[in-house]
Amino acid sequence: MSFKQNNIVQAWLVLLLALCFGSALAAVHVTLAPTIENNKISETKEKVPELVLGVEQAQTIAQKGTKLDIVGHQIEVDKAGQKTFYSVYEALLEGKKSGWVIKASGQGYADKIELLLGVDPKVEKVTGLFVLDQKETPGLGNKVIEPKWRGQFTQKPTDKAFAVTKKGASTPYEIDAVTGATISSRSVTQIVNVAINDLRPVLSKQ
Amino acid sequence: MAQGPTAAERFIQGILPENPVYRQLLGLCPTLAVTNSMQAAITMAGAVMFVLFCANVVISLIRNLLKPHLRIVIFTLTIATFVTIADRVLAAYMYQMSKTLGPYIPLIIVNCIIIGRCEICASRQSVVTAGADAIGQSIGFALALSSIAAVREILGTGMFFGLRVLPTAWPDWVIMVLPPGAFLTFGLLLGAINWYSARKS
Repeated sequence: MSFKQNNIVQAWLVLLLALCFGSALAAVHVTLAPTIENNKISETKEKVPELVLGVEQAQTIAQKGTKLDIVGHQIEVDKAGQKTFYSVYEALLEGKKSGWVIKASGQGYADKIELLLGVDPKVEKVTGLFVLDQKETPGLGNKVIEPKWRGQFTQKPTDKAFAVTKKGASTPYEIDAVTGATISSRSVTQIVNVAINDLRPVLSKQ
Repeated sequence: MAQGPTAAERFIQGILPENPVYRQLLGLCPTLAVTNSMQAAITMAGAVMFVLFCANVVISLIRNLLKPHLRIVIFTLTIATFVTIADRVLAAYMYQMSKTLGPYIPLIIVNCIIIGRCEICASRQSVVTAGADAIGQSIGFALALSSIAAVREILGTGMFFGLRVLPTAWPDWVIMVLPPGAFLTFGLLLGAINWYSARKS
């Protein structure tokens, strides 16, 4: 095979462009990543009241002009030698602890799913769930972002793991799957279970 | 190489005579998906304009280096880069809008309008022609999206760009902002345009 017919030599333009575009994207990422991260943090903080108190009570205290104090924590969990970090927000209402909001993520059907999970101070029940970021199939898997679906978790006890069912939930530990999106439903449920399992021992003591 | 249409011809053709949506029926996924409000439609059209312009210019600059069997790889690489840039910029400066548009911004990568323009125009013609072609096609795309979005937003919510235009007595036709509304609106508009151009000729 002559030099000019070598595949790598023929593809020099592809390789060169990949290199240029790759560096350009790295530069864009480095420049914009802090801004995007800030957007997510401010969205998280906006969501904390309704995740901890529920939508109605969050509106009531907003009308009264009281505000929740939000303190961010980084919590390290050691799982069989593997360290995981969680961002946890502590919500204080007039100095009294009213709950936690945990930022948890895991693999979904298409890409990483990021959740905000609200729990009471002793981590005994879920007080709210919000999907921060997801790229599930439009029209099917992305229904997990709808209040109707994620609202199923609200006010449920955390002492046993949640399980997804297709037959209609009958116990408080069952979650109805989104029709046609069992994997997305399971992923979200799994992320919730793992986060509660990891953090309950730590948070309930604080 | 045979001379193709000039820059001005390319520009004009893209807007109406070869409108990407109504004439070529390309790029229908975002056309149907994000046209439930004017703001989303305009943002989408803006993102497509940025990607199409940059991709056309880059491809046109390197058109003499392209190898026939490697050209699609290069088109895709170029388009994917600019789409990622557009996606990140939206996430940084228009966070809520980027959440509304969701996966449809990354999906511009597989939008046939862009790869089609790279193949038809940018890989054969000069940078100026390719740039004019990109702007013409993008204006055509923006017109198509906003025509559908205007109908859907006004009938579905009584509002236009989030401002109320119909009296509050208007019973919002919720179906218009849901997926079926996209198909209905697009089908009727496309039919009307075909009927009109058939009658004219």
